[in-house]
Formats: sequence, structure tokens, C-alpha cells
Amino acid sequence: MANKTVLFNKHLESNAKMVDFHGWDMPLNYGSQIEEHHAVRQDAGMFDVSHMTVVDVTGTDACAFLRKLLANDVAKLKVPGKALYGGMLDDNAGIIDDLITYYLTDTFYRVVVNSATREKDLAWIAKQSQGFDVTVTERPELAMIAVQGPNAKAKAAAVFSAEQNAAIEGMKPFFGKQAGSLFIATTGYTGEAGYEIIVPEAEAEALWQALLDQGVKPCGLGARDTLRLEAGMNLYGLDMDETINPLAANMGWTIAWEPTDRDFIGRKALEALRDAGTDKLVGLVMEEKGVLRHDMPVFFTDAAGVEQQGVITSGTFSPTLGYSIAMARVPSSIGDTAEVEMRKKRVAVRVVAPNFVRNGKQAF
Amino acid sequence: MSNIPTELKYASSHEWIRKEEDGSYTVGITEHAQELLGDMVFVELPEVGDTVTAGDDCAVAESVKAASDIYAPISGEVIAVNEALEDSPELVNSDAYGEGWFFRVMPSDESEVDALLDAEGYQAVIDEE
Repeated sequence: MANKTVLFNKHLESNAKMVDFHGWDMPLNYGSQIEEHHAVRQDAGMFDVSHMTVVDVTGTDACAFLRKLLANDVAKLKVPGKALYGGMLDDNAGIIDDLITYYLTDTFYRVVVNSATREKDLAWIAKQSQGFDVTVTERPELAMIAVQGPNAKAKAAAVFSAEQNAAIEGMKPFFGKQAGSLFIATTGYTGEAGYEIIVPEAEAEALWQALLDQGVKPCGLGARDTLRLEAGMNLYGLDMDETINPLAANMGWTIAWEPTDRDFIGRKALEALRDAGTDKLVGLVMEEKGVLRHDMPVFFTDAAGVEQQGVITSGTFSPTLGYSIAMARVPSSIGDTAEVEMRKKRVAVRVVAPNFVRNGKQAF
Repeated sequence: MSNIPTELKYASSHEWIRKEEDGSYTVGITEHAQELLGDMVFVELPEVGDTVTAGDDCAVAESVKAASDIYAPISGEVIAVNEALEDSPELVNSDAYGEGWFFRVMPSDESEVDALLDAEGYQAVIDEE
């Protein structure tokens, strides 16, 4: 029996095609995932992300514990509400999960992790918290709605109370703030402006309906995937997992090497990988017909004339650009071009930084 | 529930055909097939003048989800292709039995048409999936 979010009936009311997503019954689309994609790039769309796991870390050792647990350094967070993205690594520097951490007070951090990794994440966090004065509390009674797009903030403002609008006025990107019953954050997974709103389950249907009434288009997992891939954002389980270190997943920027005496889990293994050199995650662009897809092999010839091989981790048709894009893990010797084997032939592709669309525009 | 017009004939691989006044047959994919594939992003068609053989792959429908071969339901010569799909592959989603047609074949052996499924037979194929 699949889990259902509190918004399940709202999805059915909007004629969602529901699919199993790691044990959750989630909307794939509400008719056309490409139309939903364009709604987010051009206007405003919303996603039910209530399946994601909210975990509150409280206690006098909250900061010290998270500085041990995460490869990024929560000590960088000085302003209440500021958020940080990064990986939670194992001792071999494999990525257990990627997550966002909000700094609320010195003794209160909020962490949002993936749903597919919920059980192993909670088990790992519980195990590592031994010896720290912290309380780790999952918050399953909270639902989450992401409202994204150039008009998302204005449409959400029409739904928020005057007090809530005042509380979040001028909030910079990658911040979160409790405003009344809502936790409103300027985060997202689309490359557009907008909010991720954590809402008590009892109020989630009314919030969803209010956003619908403002003309925010419901969007499913299909559009969520094409939007995040255009934005060059990783998907756990495809672009990285426990066999992949953050340097090989375009997550080097999320590793806080300084201060050098901060002994986060996986640090030693990661330093060895850094010194030895690792594969890297690049973007691929193919302007001719066809679609780059997960698992297709990537070939190129390095400077020494030796053929090297990598693999596409995520690929899709980009509705914004009108052709196919992908992320691929390849040896670091790759140049500006490569070939992808698809449907029994090799097709030339461009190699770019894995960031394709930002704020509705081509980004490479 | 997918729409399965009774005036058409079907292949179990989800193509439909419709007889035209000039004796040729128009070929497309069923509403059920487009629903399974999701939003269409590219369609590769045969060329006018190509000879196709029943059961052979002769076109590709590439959607957000997958690239799928399209098989010729009957043998013959391709006498027209739907060039509108080049710029508007979404016609396959919005009008699978109309503007989303793929190509037209002048049959070389019309008895092959009798071997195809009627609407009821095709419904049974879907029910077994």
C-alpha cells in the first residue's frame, strides 16, 4: 500500500496521473508535463513535495553535531533563517543524501532530506548523534508545497496573510522563516524564483486550493524532473548515490574544506580522492533530433589519443531550449565535445557546465 | 478509458489504420499508445516513396519518457507523411486519430488488412497489458 500525501485528493480533483515514486503515490502530470514545465518558466506552477522529510535538530550541540555530520559547514550560517545545501557523506565520502539545512537559532536547525532515502538517513543521523546533546525530531505532520516561477512570489503573496507578507518581505534567496503557521523559504528545485512552503497537514489542502485560485498551475514529477535538469540540479539516486563522492557529482562547491581542523564524516577519504583526482559531472547538449537518456554511454578521445568512456546520469528533452540536454559522469580529461551512443549510432554532443537554464534563459 | 474508434483497424503494437478514398491507408498510433508515451517531443517519419513491410519498424515516436519504434501495420509504398509533426509533435497527443497521423501507405497486399484487429480485438489487447 503506497503512502499518500495529504494532498492526494487535490491531485485527483485536477485529473492527475498518479505513479508510484519510492513508495509514494505522486502526480506524474496533470495532462501535459511540457505545459506544466512552461508554466513554471513563464508564470507560476506548484508541486506537492510533502513526501520529503523534514527533520528538526535541536539542543546545545546542534551546531557541533551538524558540523560533524555534513560536508558543508553550518558555522557559515550566521543570520537566522539562512540555508545551506550539501551532502551527508559516509566514511568513504560516498553521498548518503543531499539536503538543505536551515539555521534558525544556535540550538535549532531544520534539515530537509529526500523521501527515497528517509529511513537510511534517519538511521544514520540517529547513529552519528550518539554522544552529542541533540534531539532529532522528524516532522511527518508537516506537508510541503513548492511554488515556483517568475510570478510565483506575487501569486503567493495574494494568499499569505498581511503578517506573513511582512515577515518575509525582502527575504533573500536561500532563506527560510516561520511566519504564522507556515515556514516559508526562498528555495526550490527549478532555477526560478519562488517559495518552498512547509505547512501543517491540516492546512495544506486549503493552501493548495488558494494557490490554484490564484492561477498557479499544479505540476507533477515529470515537469519537476525536466525543470531541475535544465537548472543543473542533481537528483539523488541518478546523478549521485553512496558510490559517488561529491567531487564527482558537481558538488565540490558544497564541501567546506576550511577550517582544516573540522573533522566532518568522510573528510579523510574525500581528501585522498581530491589528491588522486576523480571523474566529474558535466553537461551535454545535443541540438539534433533525439533525446539523451539515463545510462547511455559517452565517448571521447583524450589529449593522449586514448578513447575514454563515461555515462549519462540524467538526460531529457529540454522544453525551454527545444533540444536534448543531459548530465554525464566522465573522466576529467574531457574537452568541449564528445559522442553519445544512442539507438545503435554515435551522435556528437557539446560538453558544457551542467547548468542549462536560469530564470527562463539559456545559461551556457 | 481510451477512445478506440470502431471504424479503424489496429495492430497489437498500437498502430491504427484508416482506409482513404484513393485506396491508400493512413497510419497513426492509438490514443492508448500516446497516453503511455506521454508528451511527444520528436517524430521520425519514413520518406515518401519508401517501401515498407508489415511488421517492420519504419518510424520513431520519441516522447519525454522513451523512444518507441512504430511498425508498419501493412506492406506497401509510402505515399505521404505528416510533415506537421516535424514542428508540432504534440498533435500526436492532442489528436491521435486525426491531425496526429504519421504516414499513408498504398497497400501491396490488401489481405493484410484483414489480419489486423478490430476495435474489440484491440481493446482485448489493452486489457491484457
